[in-house]
Amino acid sequence: MTRATRVAAPLLLGLAVLVGWQLVVSVGGVDDYLLPSPLAIVAEMGEFLPTLLGSAGITGTNALVGLVLGTLVGILLALAASFSRTVDALAAPVVAALAVVPIVALAPVLNSMYGADSEFGRRAIAGLATFVPVFVNALRGFRQARPVHRDLMHVYAASRWQTTLRLTLPAARPFLFTGIRIASSLAVISALVAEYFGGPRGGLGGLISTSAASSAYPRAWAYVVGAIVLGLVFYVATALAERLADPMSSRPPRAGGTTSTTTQ
Amino acid sequence: MTTTMTTDATATRVAVRAASVTKTFDTRGGIVTALQDVSLDVAAGEFVSLIGPSGCGKSTLLRLIADLETPTSGELSIFGKTAERARLDQDYGIAFQQAGLLPWRTIAGNIELPLELHGVPKAERRARATELLELVGLGDLAGRFPDQLSGGQQQRVAIARALAERPSLLLMDEPFGALDEMTREYMQTELLRICAETQAAVVFVTHSIPEAVFLSDRVVVMSPRPGRIAEVLPMRLGATSGRADDLREDPRFFEMVTAVRESLHGGAPSGRGEDR
Ligand SMILES: Nc1ncnc2c1ncn2[C@@H]1O[C@H](COP(=O)(O)OP(=O)(O)OP(=O)(O)O)[C@@H](O)[C@H]1O
Ligand SMILES: [Mg+2]
Repeated sequence: MTRATRVAAPLLLGLAVLVGWQLVVSVGGVDDYLLPSPLAIVAEMGEFLPTLLGSAGITGTNALVGLVLGTLVGILLALAASFSRTVDALAAPVVAALAVVPIVALAPVLNSMYGADSEFGRRAIAGLATFVPVFVNALRGFRQARPVHRDLMHVYAASRWQTTLRLTLPAARPFLFTGIRIASSLAVISALVAEYFGGPRGGLGGLISTSAASSAYPRAWAYVVGAIVLGLVFYVATALAERLADPMSSRPPRAGGTTSTTTQ
Repeated sequence: MTTTMTTDATATRVAVRAASVTKTFDTRGGIVTALQDVSLDVAAGEFVSLIGPSGCGKSTLLRLIADLETPTSGELSIFGKTAERARLDQDYGIAFQQAGLLPWRTIAGNIELPLELHGVPKAERRARATELLELVGLGDLAGRFPDQLSGGQQQRVAIARALAERPSLLLMDEPFGALDEMTREYMQTELLRICAETQAAVVFVTHSIPEAVFLSDRVVVMSPRPGRIAEVLPMRLGATSGRADDLREDPRFFEMVTAVRESLHGGAPSGRGEDR
């Protein structure tokens, strides 16, 4: 019952909003270029489906490449910073600077640096946007291991590698995934927005801006919906990865699905 | 004020030897002398308890033996080696004041941790964990996670983990502090049985006088500010391996309890209100 309402409530709300929107547009007579109706948008999505999927593929790939690389670099650098004060001292100002720079502001520069037909600039931007939250959260995570656990590993004469694998990383897991979850949305947004500033067309962002420029508003909105779905896919994928990586999600008493209650 | 031990430690194998060990900590509030001039020998197979008011350096002494801290001055040897060598050789098992289980590992996984780190094959690890869980009476909880256990059960897992590699020296810091009185007495009897079986020496920190008396060959009474040994009391209650629950009602037991209590109070005549 609770689970059913949890799923049903937002769906019903969404449906109500869509119906209301449709009514406002078709009965209230709002102009199409101001706000196209949901049905018009869906029609455009159907008509341009192959282009929509292809462009989502391009933007999605850019975002994914950036996300994976940014995550790897972020985690490795955070690990290095947690080992060495020098690395920490060197990395801290760089990351602080990166955190305040609007990364997409680099888009025009990178796009012209790497040529008009290269996706590299966008991937670099998605990667940079990913790197910051992953690094910050990972570094915090790597400092989560409790002193008693550190003492224990010392007592067992565990090597640095053993300690990292069996203590530091698992203790940091929730923080790592928080960083990656934030980063996954940022990666999609950055990859998308970077397309507004030159470079090859064909991605979702590029199509949104060209459609809007040629006053094809319902089509622009159709691509916006595509962008929203792409962002959702990334979010759900990272949330799923987090669930899979949780050793305690496979615990034996599994009442009700999400919250496991224990009876002694 | 150091009382040297009365038994002939040079004749037997010595598990722990501390000679004039001093440990100071540099803190923001100045230098804290946690231990001053502590000398103590623990023979192989001997059970020694450390008792004394909070802050008298019991945990610090244990951490020095475990090579988690290094003495500021003085000599410390474990089975004739340096503390570091003994740690690298895994000569001791340790149970901390907190259970310190890894929350993402199952109970069995926690007990297997030291074995895993030292390359014991999987099947052997499993078997050992099962055996140890039986020993501490938690055989049916192997697949649970620590947060699904009570504090007392977690502490028993920590003890099982300390025993995993059959150490010849056990270091225990108030391991039964979180247990109810019934379980506590049961665990005390079990611990003596385990020690008789494994022939391990034990350095045991406790706040409970009856516990110290029941378990120990000798009780080391410590006094604070600076932490030092006030008195070492031999428990004349027979071999620890032969002690059973009926000892708790024996007049000799009460005599020893009184002796320890008087020593504790005698060591700090002005009471507890001395904190700076
Ligand atoms: N890492 C440290 N840094 C600074 N001071 C410390 C440190 N460890 C211990 N001390 C100080 O050393 C003294 C002895 O501490 P210790 O933990 O050994 O006491 P204890 O006898 O185990 O007390 P309790 O019975 O409360 O556990 C205390 O005054 C404590 O504040
Ligand atoms: Mg203590």
